Amino acid sequence: MAGVQVANVSRSFGAHKALDDVSIDFADGGFYALLGPSGSGKTTLLRQIAGFDFPDSGRIAIGGESVERVPVEKRRIGMVFQNYALFPNMSVADNIAFGLSVRGEPKATIATEVQRALDLVQLGKLGGRKPHQLSGGQRQRVALARAIVTKPRVLLLDEPLGALDKALRVDMQIELKRIQREIGITTIFVTHDQEEALTMSDRIGILRDGRLVQEGPPEEIYDRPQSEFAATFLGDANIFRGDATGSGIKLPDGTTIAASTGASVPAGAKASCAVRPERIRIATGAAKPDPANANMLTGQVSKRIFAGNNSTYFVDRDGQALKVIVQNTGAERLAEGQPVVLSWSPDSTVLIAAA
Amino acid sequence: MADQLAIGSRRGLRPALPLLLPAYLWLTVAIFLPLSAMVFFSFMTDLPLAGKEWSFTLGNYAAFFSQSLYSTLLFASLRLGLEVTLWCVVIGYPAAYVLAKVLKGRSREAIFLLVILPFWSNGLVRIFSWAMVLREGGILDTALNAVLPFKINIDLMYSYPAVIIGLVHSYVPYMVLTCYLTLQAIDDSLIEAGRSLGASRRQVLWRVIIPLSMPGLIAGAALIFVPVVGSFMEPRILGGRTGTFYGTVIEDQFVAVFNWPLGAALSFILLAVVLIILALAAPVLRRAG
Repeated sequence: MAGVQVANVSRSFGAHKALDDVSIDFADGGFYALLGPSGSGKTTLLRQIAGFDFPDSGRIAIGGESVERVPVEKRRIGMVFQNYALFPNMSVADNIAFGLSVRGEPKATIATEVQRALDLVQLGKLGGRKPHQLSGGQRQRVALARAIVTKPRVLLLDEPLGALDKALRVDMQIELKRIQREIGITTIFVTHDQEEALTMSDRIGILRDGRLVQEGPPEEIYDRPQSEFAATFLGDANIFRGDATGSGIKLPDGTTIAASTGASVPAGAKASCAVRPERIRIATGAAKPDPANANMLTGQVSKRIFAGNNSTYFVDRDGQALKVIVQNTGAERLAEGQPVVLSWSPDSTVLIAAA
Repeated sequence: MADQLAIGSRRGLRPALPLLLPAYLWLTVAIFLPLSAMVFFSFMTDLPLAGKEWSFTLGNYAAFFSQSLYSTLLFASLRLGLEVTLWCVVIGYPAAYVLAKVLKGRSREAIFLLVILPFWSNGLVRIFSWAMVLREGGILDTALNAVLPFKINIDLMYSYPAVIIGLVHSYVPYMVLTCYLTLQAIDDSLIEAGRSLGASRRQVLWRVIIPLSMPGLIAGAALIFVPVVGSFMEPRILGGRTGTFYGTVIEDQFVAVFNWPLGAALSFILLAVVLIILALAAPVLRRAG
C-alpha cells in the first residue's frame, strides 16, 4: 500500500486541455473523492494515475516510485469501472482469480485468496455464477473483490455507484467504506455526486476545466470554499458580489455584509461572499438589530418548496433570488409574497477573492 | 437472455406468422422443391428426360463407396476447406481486430470498403485476375524479378497454392465481417480491466478477447468451410490438372457427363459429411465459446 503523488500533471487532447498543471498529494490509506462536473478532467486524472494514458508533462508517483511512463499492467493498481467490466465469459470466481492467475500464482493460493475476497464482499457462495446472473449491487461487489484480491497499492474507482439505484447506492457507500477501512488501502474515487463525495471521503479534490479548484477535507471545503465555483458545486450557496471593505463586502446598493471567515481581500478589491441557505434565519415583522446575526437584508418570499423535514424559501431581494432552508419545527409557514427579514452571522459568511 | 427468448416464444407463433410467411414460402419454393427433386434424382438410374428408360436404384450412393477415388477426393476437399479456413482466420482475425478496436471514423470506413470489395466483384473476374498475377511471366513473377537482383521463377499457376490463394481471397471477407461484429461488441473497458489486473496485452488477447470473439470465429469458419469443401470454380481455373476436387467432380457430373443422378448423390453425401462434422464440432465449439 502506498500514497500517490501527482505533481504538475498536464494532458491535452488536441487543442483541449483536459488536465492543466494539476498537483495533489493522496496520503497513504486515505479515501479521496475527485469531484467535478463532466468534462472537468476528473476521469482523465484517474486514468493518468491508473496508467491507461500518460501525461504530457508532470510527475506521478505511487509509493514514492515514479510511474508516469509505466504501463498500467506494471503499476499494481486495482480499478473498479463504471460499468463493472466483469468478464462475461468467466464465472464470478474466475473473474476474481484473473489477476492472480495471469501472475502465475499456484492454484491452491488462488482458490483461498478468491474465497477470502468473496467473503470480504459478502458473496461467499456465488463464486460459480456468471456475471449476468447477478444483480447490479452484486456485480459491483465482484468488481471490487476482483480489484483488491491482487493486493494493489492503490484502489481506483471510476463512478462505481453511478449505475445503482438510490437505496442500493447508499448501501454500497457504507459497504465500500467498510471494506476500505478493513484493508486500509489508499482509495481514489471519481464522482460527480457531491453528496457521495461529502459522505464517503476523507478529502475531496474539486476539479473544473482541467484544473484543481480546491482540495481538503469535506468540512473544510463546505465551510470555507475558496471560490464561487467550489461554494456552489459542493452544496448550495447564496453568492453576493461587491467591493471588499476589509471586514466584508459592500454591495453596489451600499449594503454591507460582514464576513469573518475565508480569504483576506484588500479593501477596494472585487470580492464575493458565500452563505449556505441553512445558515440564514428568516423572520417576519420589523428588523430588530441582533449582534449575533449582524448581516440583515429584507425581501419578499417568492416561492416555497416543502420537502417534509425542511422547507426551501426563495426570497426575492432587488431581483436576486436568495435561497433559505428552514427546518420543519412546526412553526408557522410563510406564505408566498410575504415580506421577510433575513439575518445571519458573519461567522457563517465566507469571503472569496474575485477570480 | 435465454429466458427472454423463451418468454417471446411462449407469447405464441400466431402474431409472428405474417412476418415469417414470406420468407418461408420463398424458401419452400426456391430451395425445398428443387432440392427434393435432386433427392429424387439421386435415387434414379437416369434422368427422366426425352422418354429415356429409368428406375429407382441405390447405385449412385454405392458408387461413392465402391470407388476409392470419390472418398480420396472428399478428403482432399475437406483438407482444402480446413486449410482455407485456417488461412482466413490468420489473415482475417487481425484485420477485424484492427478495424474494430484500433481504427476510428474515416480510416475505418476506407479499410472496411477494401475488405468488402471482393464481394462486389464478379467471381470469375476475380479468379481470372489471379491467373494473370500467378502465372509464369505474370504480374507477380515480373514484379519480383524487377526488384530482386537474382533470377527466380514464380509460376504458381495450376498448383495447390494457387487454389488456396484464390479461395482465401474469395472467402476472407466473411471472416473479417463476422469477427468484426463480435469484436466490436467487446467493451473496451474489459480490455482495460484485464490490463489493470496485471495482464499483458498478449494475456488479455488470449484470455479475454479471443474467448469473447469465439462466436464470430465459429460463424466465420462455418461460412467458409462449407462452401470451400464444395467449391469447383477456383480449383478448376487456378488448379488446372492439380485442381481436381470433390466439387469439380460433382460439377462434371452435371455439366460434362450429364450424369445428374450421380452428381446429386455425391452432393448429398457431401452435405451429410459436412453436417456430421458440424454436429461433432458443435459441443467442442460451444464449450470454447
